[in-house]
Amino acid sequence: MRRLLGPVADVFEATRTGAWRIERPQAGSRCNWCGTCAVYCPPGVIRTDKKARSFVIDWDYCKGCGICARVCPRNNLTMVPEGGAEVG
Amino acid sequence: MLDGNEAVAFALRLARVRVIATYPITPQSPIAEKLADYVADGSLPARYIRVESEHSALAAAIGAQLTGVRAATATSSVGLALMHEVLGVASGCRIPLVMPVVNRSLVSPWSLWCDHQDAMSVRDAGWLQFYAGDNQEVLDWSLMAYRVAEDPRVWLPAMVCLDGFFLSHAGAVVLVPDPEEVDAFLPPYRSRNLRLDPADPMFVNDLTPPAEFTEMRYQQQLAMENAPAVLDEAAGEFARLFGRCCHAVEGYALEDAEAVVVTMGSMSGTARYVVDEMRAGGRRVGAVQVRVFRPFPGAALRRLLAGRPAVGVVDRSAGMGAEGGPLWTEVRCALAGVPDAPVPAGFVAGLGGRDIPPATLEKVFDRLLAGEPANNVWIDVGENPLGLREVTL
Repeated sequence: MRRLLGPVADVFEATRTGAWRIERPQAGSRCNWCGTCAVYCPPGVIRTDKKARSFVIDWDYCKGCGICARVCPRNNLTMVPEGGAEVG
Repeated sequence: MLDGNEAVAFALRLARVRVIATYPITPQSPIAEKLADYVADGSLPARYIRVESEHSALAAAIGAQLTGVRAATATSSVGLALMHEVLGVASGCRIPLVMPVVNRSLVSPWSLWCDHQDAMSVRDAGWLQFYAGDNQEVLDWSLMAYRVAEDPRVWLPAMVCLDGFFLSHAGAVVLVPDPEEVDAFLPPYRSRNLRLDPADPMFVNDLTPPAEFTEMRYQQQLAMENAPAVLDEAAGEFARLFGRCCHAVEGYALEDAEAVVVTMGSMSGTARYVVDEMRAGGRRVGAVQVRVFRPFPGAALRRLLAGRPAVGVVDRSAGMGAEGGPLWTEVRCALAGVPDAPVPAGFVAGLGGRDIPPATLEKVFDRLLAGEPANNVWIDVGENPLGLREVTL
């Protein structure tokens, strides 16, 4: 271990911008894993996989901007307030 | 004979800078040109990056220095203003760059000429600031700047300020040490803190949350607090190697002085001349030259100024809307609450290239000796400032 002076890191973990989130997108049951939300997500933290039928958000970096909920063709995402509870 | 810009260029070559990124601006341009000449004639093995602005110049110098070499840039006036954002990157990332600043006024009115407003406007950017009084000091303090900035107890960037035209373009005798002597004073540079190395990757200048920001700023504050002792050590070593002194503040004819004037930059030699003249006429006056503005040498000034009947400070920049000029503000603060220390009088002079001739400083001494209080007195302002300008409509 070395102690350095100034803003520096060798692992990208210092900036978990998910801490800024005041609302988070919550998925309903109509997702068909089309990936539109992932395309529009500004930080690129949504992964969808049609084959595996999976829709995953990296909560460490989702800022809760809500763009995914606006662009979802099936209107399947709802922005809900962060209540301090664990998210999946 | 060297002018101030040549003295700077000599110093940077003696420091063996390996990357140069400069953007020309009056009155700094000859520095950029001379460094280009040295690279072209092979006397300075370095890469010269032609950048499109001062913002890029400093950014390129920072990046270069992070790879483990001394990097150089130099600027002036609005060029320094354009660097403002990047100045904080250098100090916050603790990169010991040395940057000559050829002092020139800031807009508006447009002016090419000397005052200290450019450097004063960035006095809290976390850089060490040295102000040279003559061309020998330009060279000496450039070498001192590397030594102090690169000390692990400091690791802060440094500005070496020299008065535009009065120093930058005026020739004077300068003793230039041999490169081998300078090598003994400035060992080869290594990046011992943050660095850019593909074999040792780091994120540099990453986003820092409120939970750590104060502590990181405080690290810089501690470095500033360490700097005076490092400066003293470096000055001792400098004197041993080169036979010249580099004092952060220096008194002149202070014994029995009833009035003392505090100055920075090229007016300081004039102040000593005026002191000699006035003493020859039987008046007991003295002078103090401040060469280090950041960190401010408050303790040294208290030692020199406590007990003086009258002290005046001449600022070469206007503290617009403040109680006085920035040097006066610091001196006033340094002396506040010190038993038998005078309340310093504040004067502003020499803006936008206006000369500070002996007569201006005599006026300052006269007011001090007469015991007239003075607060933010523009001592060389013309008789009808509101008469400017008359236009034909």
